[in-house]
Amino acid sequence: MTTPMAMHMSDGLLDPATSALFGLVAAAGLTLAVLRARRDLDDRTAPMAGLVAAFVFAAQMLNFPVLPGVSGHLLGGALAALLVGPAVGALCLTIVLVIQALMFADGGLTALGANVTNMALIGTVAGYLVALGLRRFAVRGRAGLAVMAFLAALVNTVAAASGFVVEYGIGGQGGVSLVGVATAILGVHILIGVGEGVITALTVTAVAAVRPDLVHVLRGADRPLQLRPSPVARPEESGA
Amino acid sequence: MGGGHRHPLHWPGNSPGHRLPPQVKIVAALLLVICVVATPRQVFWAFGGYLLVLLVLWRVAGVPVRWFAKRALIELPFVVLAVLMPFVGVGPRVEVLGVPVSVEGALAGWAILAKGTLGVLTSLTLAATTSPTELLVGLRRLHAPAVLTTIATLMLRYAEVIVAEERRMRLARLARGHNPRFLWQVGATARGLGTLFVRAYERGERVHLAMLSRGWTGALPDADDRRTSPRSWCAGLSPVAVTALVWGVALWTS
Repeated sequence: MTTPMAMHMSDGLLDPATSALFGLVAAAGLTLAVLRARRDLDDRTAPMAGLVAAFVFAAQMLNFPVLPGVSGHLLGGALAALLVGPAVGALCLTIVLVIQALMFADGGLTALGANVTNMALIGTVAGYLVALGLRRFAVRGRAGLAVMAFLAALVNTVAAASGFVVEYGIGGQGGVSLVGVATAILGVHILIGVGEGVITALTVTAVAAVRPDLVHVLRGADRPLQLRPSPVARPEESGA
Repeated sequence: MGGGHRHPLHWPGNSPGHRLPPQVKIVAALLLVICVVATPRQVFWAFGGYLLVLLVLWRVAGVPVRWFAKRALIELPFVVLAVLMPFVGVGPRVEVLGVPVSVEGALAGWAILAKGTLGVLTSLTLAATTSPTELLVGLRRLHAPAVLTTIATLMLRYAEVIVAEERRMRLARLARGHNPRFLWQVGATARGLGTLFVRAYERGERVHLAMLSRGWTGALPDADDRRTSPRSWCAGLSPVAVTALVWGVALWTS
């Protein structure tokens, strides 16, 4: 294993006022997510969200090459939103980010609010909205589901990166042109988003193949049970 | 967590730094980083002062400087960003060794480098002296919403199980000729991830049932909620006092 790399905003990128502002934004969004997650999961909230957060944590250890020498890791925002819904997804992502900041020094303590806003709130919600918009195609079959998951993850990554650009525009260190920052950050994140999209699409279709009831966006779209004669059983029947 | 489950960023010990209540350390770390971030970037000496505070803390905690230096490498992507900034920066430029360098960009790069590094080192100090379980107890005593700390407790308890499960699945794939360096083999990895999710979710359902059968009512029983003694607050916040002093002087002189 190589040295783990910080992928979350560090301290000092944003000024204190902006950090505090997005701390408040994160707290407000999180309150909403907790309320909705309770409605989704009632007394199962803690164990289910805990296990999904552990899964996101494990999935984030997956690195994939973006450019030669640059590797991105899965953010998992869209994946969590598609599988467990936006509220539980945002909650799990937030907890993963808090744990990473406190125990792994990944992401600055003062930048925690901004990191939560970008990755757990903006990214998750944007990805889920795309998924809702494309749900019609997703319930029809595997290809539609894969395309939906791919686009949701791509938008999730780019939206989270745009959140950073906006924050840097409001209260960043400055020194470079904002257009330059936007081009570089969004460029890299479109590439990361493609990787994230491919993995999310394959993962979601794999889950849908075994336990379609576990894919949150597909809820209520169960197709009626089909009875098909088994091709294996037939020769035995004729022989008997 | 027993032996073999030691957290990679925790340095077990029994120093005064380790013995402080976790909530004191969390508050101290946060205040320290806020001071660092709020310091005007052109007051260069102040950042040296902050580093000195951290060095004293490491001495007290008995954690070698080398240990921190190695783990601070996590910050490398931001170092690259900081080094690039003087060259891509805007505004007036000065010649340094024949290369035109943006003054504004250089200052911004310095700020990202200095504040980011001090932030990482502070977080590492907190993680080194406080075990993950203690950190969660600290968050709970600081009145973090119970639902969040409960989820975090369960997540932390099962993260190692899930990560170990992923590792076993990856080993099994490798043993069957999987080569994850090839892009077209990403399918196997992702399907493994799907399986991992189903297993994690189903484990969650079992954990929930197990918790119910042991009297789960929706909230963790109240942990030891003793009041933190003023003495430990004083001890824990003393480095913050020094930092705040440096910060005040830095603001005054800038």
